[in-house]
Amino acid sequence: MEATLRQTWAFLFRGYHITRRYIGWVIVFNFYALVTSATVALIGVAQGNYQLTLTLVVGALLWNYLSWLYNEIAMSIAYERWEGTLEYTFMAPVSRAVHLLGVSLFSLLNSILTSVIVLVGLMLFTNLNLKGANLFGVAVVLAVSTVAFVGLGLFAAVFPVMSAERGAEATHIFQGSLLLVSGVYYPIDVLPHWLQPLSALSPATYTLSACRKLFGVGNQDSTAEYLAGAPLSAVSHELLILALMGAILLPLGLFVFVKMEAWAKKTGKLKRTG
Amino acid sequence: MQQPAIQVRNLRKSFRKRNGFRKQSELWAIDDVSFSVAQGETYGLLGPNGSGKSSLIRVLSTLLIADSGYVEMLGFTLPEQADEVRRIIGRVSVDAAFYKKLSARENLLYTALLYGQNARQAERRVMEILEQLGMENAKFSTPLEEMSRGMQQKISIARALMINPPLLLLDEPTTGLDPKSRRDVQLFLEDLQRREGTTILLTTHDMAEAERLCARIGFLAHGKLVAEGTAAQLMQRAHTATLDDAFIKLTGEAIVEEELSADYAECAD
Repeated sequence: MEATLRQTWAFLFRGYHITRRYIGWVIVFNFYALVTSATVALIGVAQGNYQLTLTLVVGALLWNYLSWLYNEIAMSIAYERWEGTLEYTFMAPVSRAVHLLGVSLFSLLNSILTSVIVLVGLMLFTNLNLKGANLFGVAVVLAVSTVAFVGLGLFAAVFPVMSAERGAEATHIFQGSLLLVSGVYYPIDVLPHWLQPLSALSPATYTLSACRKLFGVGNQDSTAEYLAGAPLSAVSHELLILALMGAILLPLGLFVFVKMEAWAKKTGKLKRTG
Repeated sequence: MQQPAIQVRNLRKSFRKRNGFRKQSELWAIDDVSFSVAQGETYGLLGPNGSGKSSLIRVLSTLLIADSGYVEMLGFTLPEQADEVRRIIGRVSVDAAFYKKLSARENLLYTALLYGQNARQAERRVMEILEQLGMENAKFSTPLEEMSRGMQQKISIARALMINPPLLLLDEPTTGLDPKSRRDVQLFLEDLQRREGTTILLTTHDMAEAERLCARIGFLAHGKLVAEGTAAQLMQRAHTATLDDAFIKLTGEAIVEEELSADYAECAD
């Protein structure tokens, strides 16, 4: 048990020191996340439409959190390939579950930090008032959807295991597709009909739908001074789907990762590149 | 009788290479290789780029799964008991693979934690090893990217030894090092083998290094182990005065990188 805790800590230790050494880039990425979110939210402000502003703010905030979480996990293998350390990580006597749990924990901490920065920034840019929003409910929905997104991240982390050259590209295509179909900034029904069914497969769709209700988006009683956030029971349908997705995606993502690792070892794909 | 530290029997590994749109060719990186290494022995595998040395080391390091054959390391078989094998091996590859922005200390502590070790105890051992390798303490906090290749390779050796492995797999550990660093590493390996009785499998294309460090040597060419024995036995068998000449005579090729097919080297190494 002690050894497992140390192994989990190893990934947090590594992540912390890499972040420290690349602090300039970390600041740049956070600045960029804040500015892009604010730019989107200000479209609502320019329209003088508080509901639209709130819709965009919730979309920008949640997408920041979910995409950062997904991206950090999905790209963790690609980063190791670029550094040339992947073989050493795979050669260490650490179970893949502990390895990916450690990576996911660090990604989660990173995502929370970035989301807090973006939230504070958005409050400054849009005079956002969260009074009346069901923030506890939002935290519950995010906690449940985090499991599903970690599972998705594990699925996507498989791509860089399979291909040194194309893997990282594939993770970004997958991320872009999620952004397109999940209704981050617009209702799903504005998508072409043939694309709409795909939105049902994305955990982000349910996370956004639930969080918007909890923030009071779309509720006629919500005003700039007070948001009429829904109770947690109003999003039980979304919560159930997210919990089911998490229960399937997390173990399945781990299973697929382990299978693809074995395939990469058979075909010699683990060889260092970069 | 003591069991061998490494037993490899009829090992085969091929890679598929795409030639054009539909055609695929198969290259044998390891072609029916058998050898064994006694406990405490230093065994050298000599061969040019593309001969299959690194593929062999990757199989023994659990990073590559062979097509067929039998591999046993200190009683554990591969690929079935890969988890157990990972606990008893240390590996140094030709490229010192580290997080280059992190310091030596941070890289080594990360490895210690990854192996479930107590960080303080591991740090003490690392300091001892680095001292023996002639590295100054002051360099311990310097990012790896600011260090010479020789220094990086010494830290790579410290990383492999930090877990005190009974089996050390060294894949061209001195390639690209300056003469002093090369001598430091060679002296350290001799001392390690004498003091701790560590079993060492060393791949190299440096004949002098193989002759100096290895009790027995195997010649690899195009994935095949074409000859093995002590340096003296190999020279006697080839009727030559040097190991270099023995290699050329027994394998039919010299260790000159330019002569090798780049494609083959890419796949097999």
